[in-house]
Amino acid sequence: MPARIVVLGGGVGGTLAANLLSKELGRDARITVVDPTGMHVYQPGYLYVALGQANGRWLARDERTLLRRDVQLAVERAVRIHPEAGTVQLERGGNLEWDFLVIATGARLVPDQIPGLVEGAYEFYSLEGAQRLREELRRFRGGRIHIGVSGIPYKCPPAPVEFTLMLEEYLRERGIRDRSQVTLLSPLNRAFTIESASKLVQPIMEERGIGLTTFFNVEEIDPSARVITSLEGEKVESDLMIIVPPHRGQTVVTDSGLGDVSGWLPTDKLSLQVEGYERVFAIGDATNLPISKSGSTAHFEAPVVANRIASLIRGTAPKANYPGQVMCFLETGNGKATALRFDYEHPPVPPHPARIWHLAKWMFNRLYWETVPKGRIPEWAPMVRSKR
Amino acid sequence: MTTTEVSRSIDARGMPCPGPLMTLIGAIREGQVGDVIEVLSSDEGSRTDIPAWINKAAHELVEVVQEDGFARFVVRKAR
Ligand SMILES: Cc1cc2nc3c(=O)[nH]c(=O)nc-3n(C[C@H](O)[C@H](O)[C@H](O)COP(=O)(O)OP(=O)(O)OC[C@H]3O[C@@H](n4cnc5c(N)ncnc54)[C@H](O)[C@@H]3O)c2cc1C
Repeated sequence: MPARIVVLGGGVGGTLAANLLSKELGRDARITVVDPTGMHVYQPGYLYVALGQANGRWLARDERTLLRRDVQLAVERAVRIHPEAGTVQLERGGNLEWDFLVIATGARLVPDQIPGLVEGAYEFYSLEGAQRLREELRRFRGGRIHIGVSGIPYKCPPAPVEFTLMLEEYLRERGIRDRSQVTLLSPLNRAFTIESASKLVQPIMEERGIGLTTFFNVEEIDPSARVITSLEGEKVESDLMIIVPPHRGQTVVTDSGLGDVSGWLPTDKLSLQVEGYERVFAIGDATNLPISKSGSTAHFEAPVVANRIASLIRGTAPKANYPGQVMCFLETGNGKATALRFDYEHPPVPPHPARIWHLAKWMFNRLYWETVPKGRIPEWAPMVRSKR
Repeated sequence: MTTTEVSRSIDARGMPCPGPLMTLIGAIREGQVGDVIEVLSSDEGSRTDIPAWINKAAHELVEVVQEDGFARFVVRKAR
């Protein structure tokens, strides 16, 4: 009998894991992907949508078209995982049985955790949020703009910095830069989590007259007074607040008693097994691993999980380990970008911003659909492949 | 040895930067005024980051104790 594998989530990690498992195991496995939307979204595109450089349509594709033919798709929400029984309960009453489970349900945005955030602030971490922000930016005629985050972890740590630099360029192009003040509010004592990259972008921000307020963890927003208050006790007045909402794990994880207090899955950093369960794996944003929540993380994790499950099915010793690889681009504006490549042992050493990295990111955006979810890494892109 | 009664202890040893600081910030968010929170960190960056944050956020750094391979920060939520 073929092994039954259920993959929860049809995002970057889930789609790639399912396709790799199907390629590796063929008829030895019956693979089902469960996703309530049935759509796959390319989230890095939200940045471009918010700045009016892309419309929402190219960001989403039908998940079915990205999966290999022999992978089943259940357009359903998983509501409860029973690891001991080896089942997953679905919202509409169904039950799926599995021998192996891959949890790739990503992160959930919880804006209502910060008082006033929903009413007073804008964001670019969801399609609706990015579209709303685009409209607001179109109406914007100048004033004080603040970009901040409401807590760590959040997806793609460089994204707020990237957005800030791109926004500054946008304001210049619109001819309203001199009437605007742009300030990044960082929860840390530098621009963002990664120290070497912060050292690289901070002088660029300074050069472009972008303010940086450090140790500012957004606590509360007063929409009528237009004031942001930090946990550290500082207050800033703002005409346009762009705040990344707090992130948590999905409710299916917490409701099943599997997550930590924030809903992240305790995951072995090398084997990617959910602690305490040999046959349950977690990848992507859903884990509690102390590395960036990014598509590239999910991308490098999926082959490890596919390899491990295939070994367990075949009765051979699983060998693949996840070394903590992450690789992402950081747009610095003015047609330039840099690249961050790192793992558990090696912090990133970003190259000086150059046009080549901007072109590489542009290429990557274009080729994403034909490469990443399908497990075809472009041969021309050695920087996306593992270096170590 | 500290004589202060610790209300919550966080073992952030092995966590890379900025994990220990962010965990402390989370605990301060959730705690009550007067709570004493202890953080164990083996990350070098914590030695500067944690005191700098406490100073900015106007809480009280009760003590920093260097143990074998890690540091223990004891913090009182002051407001
Ligand atoms: C603005 C922005 C910019 C970004 N830029 C980059 C970048 O440049 N580079 C990079 O590498 N990453 C970037 N990211 C991060 C990247 O998009 C995510 O880290 C990545 O999508 C994580 O993949 P995942 O598979 O873990 O989760 P996701 O891709 O989020 O997929 C999770 C899936 O799970 C499904 N799901 C949720 N709940 C359930 C349930 N109960 N049952 C079943 N299915 C469920 C969802 O519908 C979704 O399809 C960016 C993100 C944002 C928001």
